[in-house]
Amino acid sequence: MLEIQDLHVEAGGREILKGIDLKVEEGETCVLFGPNGSGKSTLLAAIMGYGTCTVTQGKILFKGQDITHMSVDQRARLGIGMMMQRPPNVTGVKLGDLVKAAAGGDDSLLEKADEFRMKEFLDREINVGFSGGEIKRSELMQLTAQRPDFVLLDEPESGVDLESIDLIGKKVHELLYDTRACGGGRQNRHVSSLVITHTGQILDYIGADKAYILQQGLIRCQGRPMDLLKDIRERGYKECITCRMVKIE
Amino acid sequence: MPHGEDRIREALSKKSEIGSDIDIDAYESNKDAEVIDDLNSAPEDIRTDMINVGISSDDTGKAGTFMFIGNSLSHCSNKVQEGLEMITTQEALAKYDWAKDYIWNAVKPDKDKYTAKTYLEDSDGYFIWVKPGYHIKDPVQTCMLIRKKKSVQNVHNIIIVDEGASLELLTGCTTDTHANDALHIGVSEIYVKKNASVTFSMIHNWGKDTAVRPRTAAILEEGASYVNNYVILEPVGTLQSNPVAYLNGRGATCKFNTICVAQKGSDIDSGGVVVLNAPDTTAEIMSRSITKGGRMIARGRLVGNADGAKAHLECRSIVLEDGGLTLAIPELESTVADVEMTHEAAVGKIARDQIEYLMSRGLTEDDAVSMIVRGFLVGGIRGLPEHLEREINETIEKANLGN
Repeated sequence: MLEIQDLHVEAGGREILKGIDLKVEEGETCVLFGPNGSGKSTLLAAIMGYGTCTVTQGKILFKGQDITHMSVDQRARLGIGMMMQRPPNVTGVKLGDLVKAAAGGDDSLLEKADEFRMKEFLDREINVGFSGGEIKRSELMQLTAQRPDFVLLDEPESGVDLESIDLIGKKVHELLYDTRACGGGRQNRHVSSLVITHTGQILDYIGADKAYILQQGLIRCQGRPMDLLKDIRERGYKECITCRMVKIE
Repeated sequence: MPHGEDRIREALSKKSEIGSDIDIDAYESNKDAEVIDDLNSAPEDIRTDMINVGISSDDTGKAGTFMFIGNSLSHCSNKVQEGLEMITTQEALAKYDWAKDYIWNAVKPDKDKYTAKTYLEDSDGYFIWVKPGYHIKDPVQTCMLIRKKKSVQNVHNIIIVDEGASLELLTGCTTDTHANDALHIGVSEIYVKKNASVTFSMIHNWGKDTAVRPRTAAILEEGASYVNNYVILEPVGTLQSNPVAYLNGRGATCKFNTICVAQKGSDIDSGGVVVLNAPDTTAEIMSRSITKGGRMIARGRLVGNADGAKAHLECRSIVLEDGGLTLAIPELESTVADVEMTHEAAVGKIARDQIEYLMSRGLTEDDAVSMIVRGFLVGGIRGLPEHLEREINETIEKANLGN
C-alpha cells in the first residue's frame, strides 16, 4: 500500500528525516513510536504532502505510484487521509460544510453528527475554540466522510478525556474496519494505517500489526507493537540509540 | 433658496474628498420612463439583471418592489399597504408637507458635485415610509438598473421608519452588459426614529467600466437600530462610497458590514462613518475584502462625542494575487473621555496550512481557496439575513475566486 524509500525531509531549514525506509502492507495497521521531536509528525506530513516539509531525497510510493511530488489533494483523492494533531483554525468555514465537501458533496453523514458528539459543532468555524477532544472528534468525522484507503493518525488519543477516548477509539476502529459495505457483518474492507501514539491507549481499540521506533530522524527498530511498547515503557528510548539497529527488513 | 442655490451650483465642480474624480458632464441624463407593470412579464434581459443582484421578479416573500430604470420609476408594487407607504420622492414631496423636512437633511446638497447634481436636477427616487409601530415582516426590494451607455442615473431615495416600526430593505443595483460604461449616483437619506429598526442590504453588480458614487446617510433617534450591509463582488470601474450614520439618540446602535472583492481593473474605495453623538450609543464597522489585482481601499471611522459610547471597527483583507493595491484606513476620533473605541486591521494572504488542510480532505486548491474566501467574507460577519448570505455565497461561487 505504502512504501517509503530512503526518505530525507527538511522542515524549517533543518533536515528532520535522514533516510527513512518503511512499508505498510494493504490492510495493515502500523504504529510509529518515538520520543518528542524525533520526526514522527514530519513523516506523516511528508506522506500527506504538506508544504511545511520538503523531500530532498528518496521516494514515497502509494498503491504502486510515485507520489513524492504530488499535490496534497491528488494524494487525498488517491486514498490517503490524515488526522492531524493540531489542525489549523479555518475562520469562517463551517465544519458541516467541510464534512460535506470531504464526502464529495454527500451530506448524509451530517445526520450522524451525534455519533461523533459533533452535532452542535456543524455550524461552528472549523477548530476555532475547539477543545482537544473536540478537535479529535471533528477530525474523525471529516475522515469518516472522506473514506480513505490509508489513514495517517497523529496521536489520536492525546489531550482527550477518558470518556472521549472510548468514543474516539471506537470511531477509529470503525474507520479502519469498515463494515458498512457488507451490511454490518464481517469486515470486507480493512483500511491501512500508520498511527503515532505515545501512550499506546489507542491500541486497545485497533489491532496493530507492526511497529516502528523513530528516533533522530531514523527508524531505529521494528517489531511487534505490544512488545515494543512494553519495552519503551520499561526502558524508555535511550536503548535505541545504543542499539543502532538501523537497517531493518 | 432653502439650501443656498448658488453655493450648490458652485458645488457642481466640487470634487469628492475621497476617490478619483469623475467628469459628470461626460454622462447624459435621461428621463425617459420604461414602464413595467408586471415584473414577471418584464423582458428577459431585465429579469436576468434583477436576479444577478438578488432581486426576484417573482415578488413572493417580499412586501413590495420598486424598480428604477435610469432616472425613472418603472415599477412599484406594495403588497402590504397598511403601515407602509411606497411612492416616489417627488410624489411624497407633493403629497406630504412634512416630507420636505426629510429631504437634504441627512445628506448636504453641497457635499460634492454628485449631491449638487442630484439636488439641482430635482432627482426622483423611492420614498419608503413605515408608519409608527408597524413591523413590515417581509423585506421591501428595490432595483436600480442602468440600461443606457454613457448615461447617468442619479436617484434620491428617502427612507423613514417611524417610532417603534421596523423595515428590511434589499437593494440591487446593476447595469445591462451593453451599458456598463455609465455613472450611478444614488443619494439615500435614512431616518430611523425612536426605537425603530432598519436593515438595509445592498448588492451591487456593475460593469467593468461603471462609475459609482452613492451618498448615503442615516440619522438615528433614541433606541434606534440601523444595519447597513454592502456587498460588491463583481468587477466595477470605480466605486467610492462612505455612508455616514449619526447616532443622535441615547442607546442608538448601528452596524456597517461591507463585503468587497476588488477584481482586476476595479477601483474600490469603500468605508463607513459612525458618529456617536448621544450617550450609551454603540457601533460596529466590519469590512471584509478580497483584492484580486484591483485597488481596494477599506475605510472606517468612528467618532465618539458622548459618554458611554462603545464602538469597534475591523478592516480585514485577503490579497489573492500580486499587483493592485490594498489599503486599510481605520480611524478613531473622540471628543470626550468616557468612550471605548477599538479597531483591528489585517492585510495578507490566506495561510498555506489552511489551504492544505482542506486539500487533504480531497478539495482541489481552487475549491479550498474559494471555501476559505467564502468563509472569510461571510462567516466572520454575524447577523447577515439568511437570504443575503445565500445570495453572497452563490455570487462568490460564480465569481470563481479560487483561481
